[in-house]
Amino acid sequence: MMDESNTEKLGRTTSRTAPRTVSGSNGSLRSTLRYAFLSSLPVMAGYIVLGTGFGVLLQDKGYNWLWAALMSVTIFAGSMQYVAVDLLSGGATLISAALMTVLVNIRHLFYGLTMLEKYSDTGWRKPYLIFALTDETFSLVCSPELPEDVDRKNYYFFLSLMNQCYWIAGSIIGAAAGAALSFNSAGIDFAMTALFVVIFVEQWEKTKQHLPAITGIAVTVVCRLLFGTESFLIPSMIGILTAMFLIKGKIHPDSAETVAETQDGAETPSSQDGARYGYESGKYVDRNTTGKGGNER
Amino acid sequence: MIDPVHSLLLIAVIAGVTALIRFLPFLVFHKGTPKTVLYLGEVLPYAIMGMLVVYCLKDISITGSTHAIPEALAVAATALLHKWKHNTLLSILSGTVFYMMLVQLVF
Repeated sequence: MMDESNTEKLGRTTSRTAPRTVSGSNGSLRSTLRYAFLSSLPVMAGYIVLGTGFGVLLQDKGYNWLWAALMSVTIFAGSMQYVAVDLLSGGATLISAALMTVLVNIRHLFYGLTMLEKYSDTGWRKPYLIFALTDETFSLVCSPELPEDVDRKNYYFFLSLMNQCYWIAGSIIGAAAGAALSFNSAGIDFAMTALFVVIFVEQWEKTKQHLPAITGIAVTVVCRLLFGTESFLIPSMIGILTAMFLIKGKIHPDSAETVAETQDGAETPSSQDGARYGYESGKYVDRNTTGKGGNER
Repeated sequence: MIDPVHSLLLIAVIAGVTALIRFLPFLVFHKGTPKTVLYLGEVLPYAIMGMLVVYCLKDISITGSTHAIPEALAVAATALLHKWKHNTLLSILSGTVFYMMLVQLVF
C-alpha cells in the first residue's frame, strides 16, 4: 500500500537510529506516530473520499451529520455503511438488517483469524484493534516488516485510530456538504451501485472461479422477479447460502490459480487451515492494494 | 427519514453484528475454525457482491419510462473504466456523475 519512495525514505531515517535487540518491541513514541501516519496516508485519501460519499448519500435520505458520525463511530465498515443507508431509508426489519450484515461482513472473520497471533499481546489496545479491523487497516497491519524504532503494538493502535478518524471526518464532511450545497441530487444513489460494481470487477479479476459471483447475481435476479422489490432480499440470502453448498463440489480450493500467485507474500502456513488463511489474506491484501488505497495515483 | 427510534435500533444491530463478526475469531476460533465457516468465507464475498449489485438495481424496470437504459449505460461505463484504469475513486466518481447527467439531462 505504501509507495516505494516512502518505504525507502523511512528505511533510511530509521537506519540512523541505534539498532535495538528486540525488533519493534520498544520504539519511541514519536517515530511510531510518524511511521503510523505515513503508512496511513493512502488510506486517508480513500477513506475521506468514500466517507464523503457515504455522508452525502445519508444526508440525501434526511439523516444529518450527527447520524453520519454516529454510524462511522459505532459501525466503521465501509461497504456495510453504504448498504445501511438503504436499510435505514427503506425501514428494513432488524432481522433482515442483521442477516445482511452477516453476509456483507463475513469476510472479516478471516482478518481476525490472520491477526490472532499478532494481536495476542497487545493488552488494553486489543478490543479497539479488533473493533477497527477494516479491509484497509488489515491490509496494512498484516504486512510483517516494521522499522526497528517503531513500537509494534502502538503502531497498530495509532494506525487503526487514524484510519477511523479519516473515515469519521469524511462522513461528516459529506453530510455537511450535502446539506450546505443545494444541487440537484437526482441519481446520486448511483454512488453505491458504482462502489459495488467496482469491488465486483476487482474480485472478478482476482480469481478464476467465477461460479460464486455468477450464482450470487443469478439467485438475486430470480428472487427479485419472484418476490418483488420489497421482500426479495431474505429469499436471496437463503438462496445464495443454499446454492453455495450445492456448488461446493464444483469449487476446488487447490485449483484456485490465485493461490500460487499470492502466496509469496503470505506467511508460511503451519497447518492446512493456515494455508487457507494465508491465501485469503494474500488475496484481500492484493484486492485492497489495487483497490481503495488507490496507490496508482 | 423514518422513525428515529427504529433508525437507532437498526444502527445498533448493524454495529453489534459487525463487531461480533470481528471479535468471533478471537473469542471462539483460536483453537480451529469449522470447515464450513472457512468455505463460506471463501466463496460468499464473491456471491454477496453480485447480490449487492443486483440489490442496488432492484428498482429498475425494462418496461419503465427509461427502459433501464441509464442504469445499463452507467454500470457498463463504471465497470469498463475500472477494468481500464483500476482506480477505485475515479471509477466511482465518474460513474456517479455520468449517471446523474443521464437522469437529469438526457432522460
